[in-house]
Amino acid sequence: MHKKIKTSLFYALVALIVVVSVFPFYYAIITSFRGGTELFSASVLPNSVNIRNYISIFEEQPFGTNILNSILVATTVVTISLALAVTASYALARIHFKGRGLLLMTILSVSMFPQVAILSGMFELIRALGIYNSLPGLIVPNTVLTLPFTVWVLTTFMKELPKELEEAAIVDGASPFVIVRRVFLPLMWPALVTTGLLAFISAWNEFLFALTFTLVNEVRTVPVAIALMSGASKYELPWGNIMAASVVVTVPIVALVLIFQRKIVAGLTAGAVKG
Amino acid sequence: MADVNLRNAIKEFGKTRIIHGVDLDIKDGEFVVFVGPSGCGKSTLLRLIAGLEDITAGELYIDGELVNQKSPKERQIAMVFQSYALYPHMNVYENMAFGLELSGGSKEEVKQKVMEAARILELEPLLERKPKQLSGGQRQRVAIGRAIVRNPKVFLFDEPLSNLDAALRVQMRIEIAKLHKDMQATMVYVTHDQVEAMTLADRIVVLNAGRVEQVGSPLELYHKPRNKFVAGFIGSPKMNFLEGTVVDASATSITVQLIDGASVCANVDGSKAEVGQKVSLGIRPEHLSVTESGGFSGHVDVIEELGESHFLYVRTQSGEVITVQGTGDAKAKRGSTCQLAVPSDLAHVFDENGLAFSRHLKDLAAEKLAAQA
Repeated sequence: MHKKIKTSLFYALVALIVVVSVFPFYYAIITSFRGGTELFSASVLPNSVNIRNYISIFEEQPFGTNILNSILVATTVVTISLALAVTASYALARIHFKGRGLLLMTILSVSMFPQVAILSGMFELIRALGIYNSLPGLIVPNTVLTLPFTVWVLTTFMKELPKELEEAAIVDGASPFVIVRRVFLPLMWPALVTTGLLAFISAWNEFLFALTFTLVNEVRTVPVAIALMSGASKYELPWGNIMAASVVVTVPIVALVLIFQRKIVAGLTAGAVKG
Repeated sequence: MADVNLRNAIKEFGKTRIIHGVDLDIKDGEFVVFVGPSGCGKSTLLRLIAGLEDITAGELYIDGELVNQKSPKERQIAMVFQSYALYPHMNVYENMAFGLELSGGSKEEVKQKVMEAARILELEPLLERKPKQLSGGQRQRVAIGRAIVRNPKVFLFDEPLSNLDAALRVQMRIEIAKLHKDMQATMVYVTHDQVEAMTLADRIVVLNAGRVEQVGSPLELYHKPRNKFVAGFIGSPKMNFLEGTVVDASATSITVQLIDGASVCANVDGSKAEVGQKVSLGIRPEHLSVTESGGFSGHVDVIEELGESHFLYVRTQSGEVITVQGTGDAKAKRGSTCQLAVPSDLAHVFDENGLAFSRHLKDLAAEKLAAQA
């Protein structure tokens, strides 16, 4: 009897946690299917299936372009920052040089600055490079934003790889580049997938830079496009459209996480126990 | 295949000197083993030869060529690591082929060499497996295979057997010995295991705190250790040392009076010894024997029975504990008093600086030749 109470309490707690964490998403989804006056019903049950919102977000603004922009920016940022981070982490984890610890701490502390603090400096940089109001103008600041994190995580992971493996490769006649590409990279896939995915998500959701460094809707990314959606009059907020758009842009992230789920878990626990 | 010559090689990490000027000549086809206590620099010395560490000062020649500035690949060495260091994501074949592919061999050439090595090491059925699907012994064989395929000038082994269990270690030891016979390659081998050193080596290099204490054949080190360190390091269990003073010295013998009053005669060259000089008497456990009378007496503290032999730990009257090895079962009783005899021919004497007075052993090499003839 005592045990039954314990079990039911446990499941009640689990249910509570699930409800609290899932409810906002659930509500967004059911709202996105509501149209017209139904939007103002407070019911928590789905009471209509209306895909009007999903069509109108693509008709009323270049939302397809926005999604494409987001994909382009996020993918490029992940590619660039992983390529730079892998090579940087090899040096930081494997080569002894003066000031290595200081450099690592600097990299970490850079990522501690709030985004707003570097906004004006970044703006000057973007202007100087002549990439204001263009996709490269979003790629550069996002890369700057994700790089410290990816470098730090990959350095930690690279340090865990046994030194003898590298030495065996050196004796086999491998250059540093070959060591990274043919020995370390295959062993680092889980870490790469994890950090790559996190970098992708942060670039995908990034708002402040995307808002500041763009002028026209055609180069905006999804979060900004959603925030700037406007209704028929300035007194109307198009809730249905906003919710539909949010659902649409969450889908790729969920799909990515599901695809790489197993690798992520492997990456997060790798190195914890010697295999 | 090549000889390796070290000329006053020095290695410093920051300000700490790890290797203090080592001179060593390793002949073509020789099997040389570095032994020494942990931290003595034996692995560092091997890594200097490999090119994984830079030599701070001094010269290293492989095959007559100065290679201080050369990469491991250019030195044409191959190394087998203690942890095997196989590439976990490659199968056995790819592990062995990696180095060959990097040096740009054609596909057929690589395959032929790998298959040849796999045949020698009996790895053919395992070529498709990943390292994690192999046992420790098999992994070590792959690591050796990876070294063989490149046909290096020098093989370097860094404690290759210490991760294996006892039975496998014996088996792999024999395989390595056989490999050396078959390939006639120059091999340098680091170990802390005496049995490996004694059985595998043509010559043993005893290192201590970054210095070479003695270089010689296994039996030379056993019978004629140059100093107290080598005498204590080679041989298991360790040689017993008893403090004493010289009471009589001649060109053929030294008589040492031990602290507890007993006198022991050792047949060593005592022409440089002086009466009254403090010395250490060294006797190996296997050379001591329990007798009815004579020698010196002691109290049996502990007895260890191993079946084919036994060890007595005997406390002398002056409080020193010495080890006695005997064959078969122990006859002495724990707690009893016994007399220990020291054969004069088998005793060693060391002066205050630890240097040995040379022994009057017949030339071992000459003896061997005579036996063969």
